[in-house]
Amino acid sequence: MSTATETTPSPSAPTAEGTLANPRSLVDFVLRARTFGIVGILALFVLITTLIQPRFLSGSNIRFVLSDATLYALLAIGQTFVVLTRNVDLSVGSVVGFSAYVSANMFQTHPGIAIPVVFAVGIGLGLACGLVTGVITAIGRVPSLVVTLAMLYIIRGVDTIVVGSGQVVANSLPDSFINIFHATLLGIPVLAWVTAGLVAIAAYYLRSYRSGRELYAIGSDPDAARLAGIPIAKRIFFTFVLSGAVAGLGGVFWATQYNTIDATAATGLELQVIAAVVVGGVAIFGGSGSVVGAALGALLLQTINVALNVLGVPSLWTEAIAGFLLLVAITLDRGIQLRLAAALRKRRSHLGA
Amino acid sequence: MALEHMRGGAGPSPGRAGPGPRSWRQRAGLLEPVLRWESALVVALIAVILLGTSISPQFTSSYNLFTTCTNIGDLAIMALPMTLIIITGEIDLSVASVLALSAELMGDLWIHHWSMPLIIVVCLLMGTLAGAVNGFLVTRVGLPSLAVTIGTLTLYRGLANVVLGPISVSSFPASYTGVGVNGFLGIPSISWSVAVFVILAIATGVMLRMTGLGRSLYAIGLNEEAAFHAGIRVKRIKMSLFVLSGLVCAAVGILYAFELASAAENIGIGFELQVITIVLLGGVSIFGGRGSILGVALAAAVYALLRAALLLTSSFNENDFQVVSGGLLILSVLVPNLATFARRGRELMARRRGRGAAAAASAAAGSVRGG
Repeated sequence: MSTATETTPSPSAPTAEGTLANPRSLVDFVLRARTFGIVGILALFVLITTLIQPRFLSGSNIRFVLSDATLYALLAIGQTFVVLTRNVDLSVGSVVGFSAYVSANMFQTHPGIAIPVVFAVGIGLGLACGLVTGVITAIGRVPSLVVTLAMLYIIRGVDTIVVGSGQVVANSLPDSFINIFHATLLGIPVLAWVTAGLVAIAAYYLRSYRSGRELYAIGSDPDAARLAGIPIAKRIFFTFVLSGAVAGLGGVFWATQYNTIDATAATGLELQVIAAVVVGGVAIFGGSGSVVGAALGALLLQTINVALNVLGVPSLWTEAIAGFLLLVAITLDRGIQLRLAAALRKRRSHLGA
Repeated sequence: MALEHMRGGAGPSPGRAGPGPRSWRQRAGLLEPVLRWESALVVALIAVILLGTSISPQFTSSYNLFTTCTNIGDLAIMALPMTLIIITGEIDLSVASVLALSAELMGDLWIHHWSMPLIIVVCLLMGTLAGAVNGFLVTRVGLPSLAVTIGTLTLYRGLANVVLGPISVSSFPASYTGVGVNGFLGIPSISWSVAVFVILAIATGVMLRMTGLGRSLYAIGLNEEAAFHAGIRVKRIKMSLFVLSGLVCAAVGILYAFELASAAENIGIGFELQVITIVLLGGVSIFGGRGSILGVALAAAVYALLRAALLLTSSFNENDFQVVSGGLLILSVLVPNLATFARRGRELMARRRGRGAAAAASAAAGSVRGG
């Protein structure tokens, strides 16, 4: 530090401020670039597939991809909240399966039941599952990985006991329920609109609400968050309840889409959802990422699946590709993170010199 | 280390060894919780045996013991490398997928008329490679093992489905599938898998307790950075553990397919839960740095016999045990925390009482001064 800058602070102040503000804008820029990266890859994929098989970009196929991606994008909302706080929810697949069976089965046990009640039952069931996970994780202070792995099997086991050898079949469901999945507004499935709305609300909450920002703080540095007086256990509890409720809603979506539901419904779904969230730029270490990115990640994964199908690759590959993309995404993110940290350090040392 | 970030910042910090030399008494004090956990497992084992024999006399029949042995042996073998990995503070969720990849690869190569010894070598190499990929991503790229192995759990399971497709292979030669029906060295109630487990468990236990390498695993789990500065080759050791896990799981995949006399889609699905349950039930800390092979072996026995006992009751089936298994997993991580809670609660009460007494004393002093 030269004495000249110290004695004449006023002219150098704006530049110093500019340099100080820069690290944040750099981080912002990189995160935005990460989201645009997904959009870019998505566009590239659609372009190549369309060149090979023009019917890929037909209206009906777009609707197909969107309605397929909707469930994953919806579940990605809940998972993003959980992953932001450095936790993980492996139980979503089981919650979706359980909620799908119980909610669809309402039509058999209570003929003529109102559809909103069925939705409420599904969401309520998911909420209850999330409450249990949340209590054990946040209050019992047990790693979420272990709790949700156990919940995955407990909820699936309970589901199997409840379902028994029975199943819900399409002709027991009222047409008005099945039609929910096929309904469109301006050419886009209604459920996709609903999910987009929920994504927007969640994104606004995470961006603008104090408690939303606190989720990032918890994920970035739990110790610092504790010292800052953030109620960590309460926030983590909330994310699991939310994830459960969202998965419960997802179960009703699943029921409208697949109509035939047995005890194995939605098995392994959680891995696809986590893959979507991570591919969408939510750091698995927590503290960084957005709901919009996660939803785009879900869209990208489903587009790739459908595109490969259109190109004649058997659907057996779906799982392997999701796993591979997850590994690629975390590896790339690690690279970006290291570069970013190095760049910030360099800037700071310039500032100090 | 990698799991630390999954504590959600709300976890109690695991007991860290303090600096400086410790007296013998302090060392015994450190061993105490381990001993207590293992003696609790012995009590649980006796209770489960009593439960089983009271449910049905068939519990101790040689047929039932053999089935129980076959069921648990494979899981218990996979629990050994998992124990070592969790002690170093990492985790491997891909074990069941490596098992499936190995078994389904074997099925596919067998129907393509490869010779069995060659197939076994190829499967073991494949397992080694699968483990090396995990290890590379964790140690060289520096990714958390949790994320990596969730990815490879999906990837390897997906590849397994691609390799064999939706068919099932059950034409393995009887000389190999005999491991699923014949007892170890002609003893009717002990399966080959359990015999292999016992041998490997003794070897692993000795390695862990009595060699520098074994002790260094605990050091890594307690404080990776300190271990590194103490000259322990942290990355190399972790890498070899993941490779070992891949190799062992591929071997178990071969063994399991022979026992079933079949290789098909979804083979061994959900085994990672059971393996992790056994390891954590055995008193291994999910945060690393603590645990013993004896505990894991006892936990495997408790787990297997509890399952056998419950399945003998008419109202219980495999799916119901899934719920019990998940419950055991949660309990085995929750119970150690409950002890911490109880201690903290006592401390808090004591502090409050102390503060109350101090306040009363100062109030008394004030009134004296005032008067």
